[in-house]
Amino acid sequence: MKDISLHLMDIAQNSITAGATKISILIACEDGFLVFRLSDNGCGMDKEILEKVTDPFITTRTTREAGMGIPLLKLSAEMTGGSFEIESRKGEGTTTEARFVTDSIDRIPLGDIDETLKALILSNPEIDYEIRFKSDKAVFEMDTGSIKEYLNGVSISNFEVIDWIEQKIREGMKDVFGGVLNEISG
Amino acid sequence: MKSLAELEAIRERALKEINLRDNTGKTRVVVGMATCGIAAGARPVMNAFVEELNKRNVQNVNVTMTGCIGACRLEPIADVITPDGVKTTYVKLDPEKARKIVVEHLINGRPVKEYTIGEAE
Repeated sequence: MKDISLHLMDIAQNSITAGATKISILIACEDGFLVFRLSDNGCGMDKEILEKVTDPFITTRTTREAGMGIPLLKLSAEMTGGSFEIESRKGEGTTTEARFVTDSIDRIPLGDIDETLKALILSNPEIDYEIRFKSDKAVFEMDTGSIKEYLNGVSISNFEVIDWIEQKIREGMKDVFGGVLNEISG
Repeated sequence: MKSLAELEAIRERALKEINLRDNTGKTRVVVGMATCGIAAGARPVMNAFVEELNKRNVQNVNVTMTGCIGACRLEPIADVITPDGVKTTYVKLDPEKARKIVVEHLINGRPVKEYTIGEAE
């Protein structure tokens, strides 16, 4: 997993498997941390499974939550001196948060967030994605639920619509993180 | 800047096209997108499928994703499932191979045998 966009793809898959109809994604630069948070309203996990998900060697095959994905994200955040947290309630949903120290030499770059989101929306158009980017410079928000309402009759997975969304997200990334993160020029 | 006016124009164009399109009998492309697939490069593969289909204006194909298919060593993997239920499993894909599958299999109807799981194993 060489960048955050690939982790986003991976963690979002857990939400999809958990039957989520709404996924909220936050990427924020605050107080020296790059924060990546993903919340869903999926089936959630009970305490017993929750305690195991960060252990790569305990895999409950019936729940796809357990495996390599979460441990890899945790490791990646902690390598920078940051932290990782996962909260879940059975029947309510799960929130996963990784905090990376922004200036750490070990921090992985954001990567193609727009490409990941495009793929997620395209393959699971029935899910509403709330996307939020935030830094001291700007805030970007997109809610695919309201885009779908606006489209009224046209599918959000229409090629041209998806292209529009992808470009909009790319612009948002540049507005919010351009010149703030060293991998995105201002 | 991408504006809502642009989205509105896209919407109107699309509404006109929908009436002309026959939505029955869609072929599905299913890309494995679990940790193993993602780490092996499944996302650019999925994107290549979408872009190539878009470029060639192919409307009767759905591209979607699934979890781990179980053969992690052969990732990225994609299944092509035609309306008659025939499934072709492609393995060790990259964006170039995905584009070739679009042209050869999805448009011309000839599966690309050398990329299939039968050839790899």
